[in-house]
Amino acid sequence: MRGTSLRYWAALAVLPVALAAGCGDAENGGGSADAGATIKVGILHSLSGTMSISEVTVANAEKMAVDEINAAGGLLGKKIEAVREDGASDWPTFAQKAQKLIRKDKVAAVFGGWTSASRKAMLPVFERNKALLWYPVQYEGLESSPYIFYTGATTNQQIVPGLDYLKEKGRKRIFLVGSDYVFPRTANKIIKAYAKANGMQILGEEYTPLGHTEYSTLVNKVVAAKPDAVFNTLNGDSNVSFFKQLRSAGVTADRMPVMSVSIAEEEVKGIGVANIAGHPVAWNYYQTTEGPANARFVRAFQTRHRGAVTSDPMQAGYNAVHLWAAAVRKAGTTDVEAVKKAAAGISLDLPEGKVTIDGPTQHLFKTARIGVIQPDGLIREVWSSGAPIKPDPYLKSYPWAAGLAS
Amino acid sequence: MEGLLNQVPIGLSIGAVLLLIALGLTFTFGQMGVINMAHGEFIMAGAYTAYMLQDWAGAQAAVVALPVAFALAGAMGWVLERAAVRHFYGRPLDTLLLTWGVSLVLQQAARDLFGAPNVQVVAPSWLNGRIEVAGSTVPYNRLFILALAVVCVAGVWAYLNRSAQGRRMRAVMQNRELAACSGVATGRVDQLTFFVGSGLAGVAGVALTLIGPVGPALGTYYIVDAFLVVVAGGLGRLRGAVIAALALGMLNSFAEFWTNASLAKVLVFAAVIAFLQVRPQGMFTLRTRALT
Repeated sequence: MRGTSLRYWAALAVLPVALAAGCGDAENGGGSADAGATIKVGILHSLSGTMSISEVTVANAEKMAVDEINAAGGLLGKKIEAVREDGASDWPTFAQKAQKLIRKDKVAAVFGGWTSASRKAMLPVFERNKALLWYPVQYEGLESSPYIFYTGATTNQQIVPGLDYLKEKGRKRIFLVGSDYVFPRTANKIIKAYAKANGMQILGEEYTPLGHTEYSTLVNKVVAAKPDAVFNTLNGDSNVSFFKQLRSAGVTADRMPVMSVSIAEEEVKGIGVANIAGHPVAWNYYQTTEGPANARFVRAFQTRHRGAVTSDPMQAGYNAVHLWAAAVRKAGTTDVEAVKKAAAGISLDLPEGKVTIDGPTQHLFKTARIGVIQPDGLIREVWSSGAPIKPDPYLKSYPWAAGLAS
Repeated sequence: MEGLLNQVPIGLSIGAVLLLIALGLTFTFGQMGVINMAHGEFIMAGAYTAYMLQDWAGAQAAVVALPVAFALAGAMGWVLERAAVRHFYGRPLDTLLLTWGVSLVLQQAARDLFGAPNVQVVAPSWLNGRIEVAGSTVPYNRLFILALAVVCVAGVWAYLNRSAQGRRMRAVMQNRELAACSGVATGRVDQLTFFVGSGLAGVAGVALTLIGPVGPALGTYYIVDAFLVVVAGGLGRLRGAVIAALALGMLNSFAEFWTNASLAKVLVFAAVIAFLQVRPQGMFTLRTRALT
């Protein structure tokens, strides 16, 4: 037994050497990403499994951005080639596929991920390989990896404005409902700190496992607590069950609005408009956001995907590709360190409006928008921060948030 | 206190959902011993049937779809039995892998056919109301599910105990060899059992569109609960399934009320495991003289 396991380990030890040798050969033949006939980028989302519901459309939006750049003459005189990989809603697979894209395909950047779990799984891979990940989804903050660019909102650009809005409307007794994993728990920690400092009252805090479908008990608890509003951080299919069962219990949006941070245009269709119309959501972008850049984006996307809606994460994925391309143009190379340096301060007019890359945090200056879901399934903006908000992933500029980052 | 009283009808309605999703499984798993992991996907097929019929039946699709889903999911089950499962009788682990593979194929097929995002099934407007019973609110759609569960159980009971086909089914279940010797075409009975069991999953799927998501992953959310009910109730026992579903529904509802959803799941599993330590055969057992 011992002999076998020794042999086994010996074989394992040899493996990376052999792999490295193989890679070395490829390097001599093909050279770096710059030297080839095309510039390769990776698109890494769940194309199968439970998260594909959300991620497939983001992958499509990223591909559209790549095609747009190619149609406009490419990048540094070369075409961009998108290599698609399937993270399969499985976090170790994300890490493995990221490694494959970086080492085997030698991509210049990877656009991908949705859940925080997938990002956390990929983070060490990108840091170890000194490669770039562009992550397109709003998340719980408290992170700032030197090898990740975050093009979705951090907490002070989504959750805090959401709370500001509720406070402004005089909704001060809040019930927290979320899925049982890192994003909702961290978000609720922030919400509780905010509530304490702003004279709001948290009446209850409930978590359900991902994929949970039986919400009658939870709805009963919420109704019994009689809150002014619910702050909802449920993720995925659970939202469908929650809103259907909330409505059949007779809860209406004017009496008890449910503020959601993971429901965009795409999800509204599956929940059923009748079940969720009138409830508010917090994002940075809606399909109805005004401006020529968005009109172009919506038209282009709907030409490619008939009947599709556009949503915040799709738009953030689309933006990521364009922002990366702008940084590459400015740097004149796809070299990671040069691109990172060039990226700081880049400002583009994108569908959500003007965004600027914040150098130190590698997050974006974004405008926060609160919208209300309309009977036609689209979301109408009812409140906005006016100007882009400086990203503050560790909430350092908010005194009430002291101690949260630890 | 008011909230606590509310939990009784909630427990009842959770029980009704559990019963609906498990009823078909008492046939395929309980009576035939096939660990049918694709049962959840037959539920999904039922839900998508309601979605497809919307174009034609409009808002009444959820009702119109009930018989159609029964036939469609039943047919899928029948094909599965004929094409694959029958070659694996007596090899439970192999059937488990086989049907699990089939479930993955069906999920991906749904994704390709209907797209990955959830689809919307509009509930009939007459199911939108709610009534107050002793201070607690019961939505009409929950009552509908409860009524549907009662009808299904009554139908299954009548079928098993009052029809010639049902008698043959019970005979095969109790002693396959003896039934075969007495002239029962066991192969045909197996086909029919699979058809009915899968068809009931389709009916459950239609009912679930009223309260939950309709998407490719739908089946995976309910399959474990369905097995839980069948195992706790005793294999192949209709009475056992009814009592187990209601008991688990109540337990779920009160455990979640006093703790939270995650802990309630743990408590329910712990209770079932503890119960199976005392009665490994489930609540009700089939008395049989067969050696297996």
